[in-house]
Amino acid sequence: MTMTDDQKSKRETEKAQKAETKLKRSRGTQAVKDRVISVFIGFFALAWLFPIIWTFYSSLRPYKEIRAGGVLSFPKELNFNNYFEAISRMELPTYFFNTALITLPAVFLILLLGSLMAFVVTRYSFKANVALLLLFTAGNLLPPQLVFIPVFKMYLALGDLVGDRRFLYDSPFGVILIHVAFQMGFATFVLSSYMKTIPKEISESALVDGASVFTHFFRVMLPLLRPPLASLGVLMTTWIYNDFFWALVLMSTDSKRPITSALGRLTGEFVTDYNLLAAGAMIAALPTLIVFFVLRKQFVSGLTLGSTKG
Amino acid sequence: MSSAAQLEKKPVKREKLKKRRTFSRADRLTLGVFIGIPTFLHVALVWFPALATIYLSFTYWTGIHIEDIQWAGFANYENIFFNTPIFWDALRVNVVWLVWFGVIATPLGILLAYQIDREIRGHKFYQSAYYLPVVLSLAVIGVIWNFLLRPDGLVNGLLGLEISEAVSFFGDDRYNIWVILTMASWRHIGYIMLLYLAGLKAVDASLREAASIDGATEWQTFKRVVFPAMKPVNIIVIVITIIESLRAFDLIYIIYGSSGGLPILGVLVFQNIAGEGASMKGAAYAVILFLLSIVPIVSYLRQQFKEDVS
Repeated sequence: MTMTDDQKSKRETEKAQKAETKLKRSRGTQAVKDRVISVFIGFFALAWLFPIIWTFYSSLRPYKEIRAGGVLSFPKELNFNNYFEAISRMELPTYFFNTALITLPAVFLILLLGSLMAFVVTRYSFKANVALLLLFTAGNLLPPQLVFIPVFKMYLALGDLVGDRRFLYDSPFGVILIHVAFQMGFATFVLSSYMKTIPKEISESALVDGASVFTHFFRVMLPLLRPPLASLGVLMTTWIYNDFFWALVLMSTDSKRPITSALGRLTGEFVTDYNLLAAGAMIAALPTLIVFFVLRKQFVSGLTLGSTKG
Repeated sequence: MSSAAQLEKKPVKREKLKKRRTFSRADRLTLGVFIGIPTFLHVALVWFPALATIYLSFTYWTGIHIEDIQWAGFANYENIFFNTPIFWDALRVNVVWLVWFGVIATPLGILLAYQIDREIRGHKFYQSAYYLPVVLSLAVIGVIWNFLLRPDGLVNGLLGLEISEAVSFFGDDRYNIWVILTMASWRHIGYIMLLYLAGLKAVDASLREAASIDGATEWQTFKRVVFPAMKPVNIIVIVITIIESLRAFDLIYIIYGSSGGLPILGVLVFQNIAGEGASMKGAAYAVILFLLSIVPIVSYLRQQFKEDVS
């Protein structure tokens, strides 16, 4: 279709005028709509928080009050007694210690090994670079159930070899290793996409200065990786802290389990006192709530680093 | 300085220099260690076991002595497909889970992200409210919802039902899957919202403005302008939705234990592999789970490695 310039510009002005009137009208209705949307989303936001608030409220009440008067009864007693009792009766400090024993070394190793891998893959050109990166990223996506049987058998066999059956199986060390092996894939992927954005010149000048590979990594690259490492660290800590599966299948002694897996067992054992359990759950959630309130920026950017490549 | 300038002029020489320096003996060793350790760990604990499980799924084995492994062909799979009706029940639950996530939870998360990104009134509070469940562990989520739904919990209290006539939300087949899906969505919606929000931040604001000046309604802007511009994030979100639906395990396990109150593939695998008395039917279940997740895994990798491969 051909059009002269005159016709074209005429049509353009008409279109613009039309759009403007439409815009004015739609801005008014849009404002009303926005108000409605805001109220609607706000209502659901409160509903979203309600289960947590309710559990917290319940954790402040003694269970016998609820047995006597029902859930809707007016509270006569509100205090932190359930919390004190949960800490002593559920041995929560032990479980927290178990969690720390698994989470801290695992996160440290994931970050260290992931950044080493990402460093070599992005800074040195080997033919296998992309293949290695692909291997690591794909490995991270495999269902954990797919690797469980052989890992379990290998742990037992290695344990027998060393002379201690519980060398890896039923030991924090084994759980740490499997977390590291799996999550390293994610860390490598995220860190390598971050490293690609660091100018090559920085590496080149280090090489020209005669830096060894070791210096190049620890003195030049690692300091530059602080922001993604912080985000990944927070994200990995939350994930491993919240992990349920590996601690469940690779550990058989309850007293060695981390707090989230222990909570599952406590659900059965303390089934007679739900409000005590509520207090236990709130305590178990505390570290993640700290992440939510204090380290949210790192958590969110860690979460999205892997998905949006940047 | 002058040597750097010289090198700049003679790229060939610089290349040589870089090569010589990069691969001194010590450096070669360092590089070997840098990729060797992570690769060994990852292959030994992820890829080798994954392949071993695939092999084992074609065998009979009680899981004790390696010599006892016997080739079974497709017997384990035949057993699952033709003699294990619960497999089909579980598959149905997984499909319902996937459809619910795909049609309801994920779109809701996207919609929320879009509205919050428009900075409607109160968007900061809303964002926090929806994001809170994302940091909680599923064990804690199990306890929290149990508080609302158990026989003497809040919902039954509000319905005015005594314990004896209370609705068993987790036990009754009419309700349990929907209750579980609600709980799972409570977390999933916030997760998708966060991912999408990060993607939306990257969409050029002028695109949206242009659409609004042209008189497009909010819905049209989203459908015609924003959504297509978000293609990479859309793929990631779809992949995450599918993978999460297939992997669903923790929540069900926390509520029902390994008894399988609600059959789902993740729990079927667990029932057959955990403990000493493993059967290779469990391996076959794991492989089925893996085969179902291949398509999303491959599309995730294709999305993320587009630039590297081309």
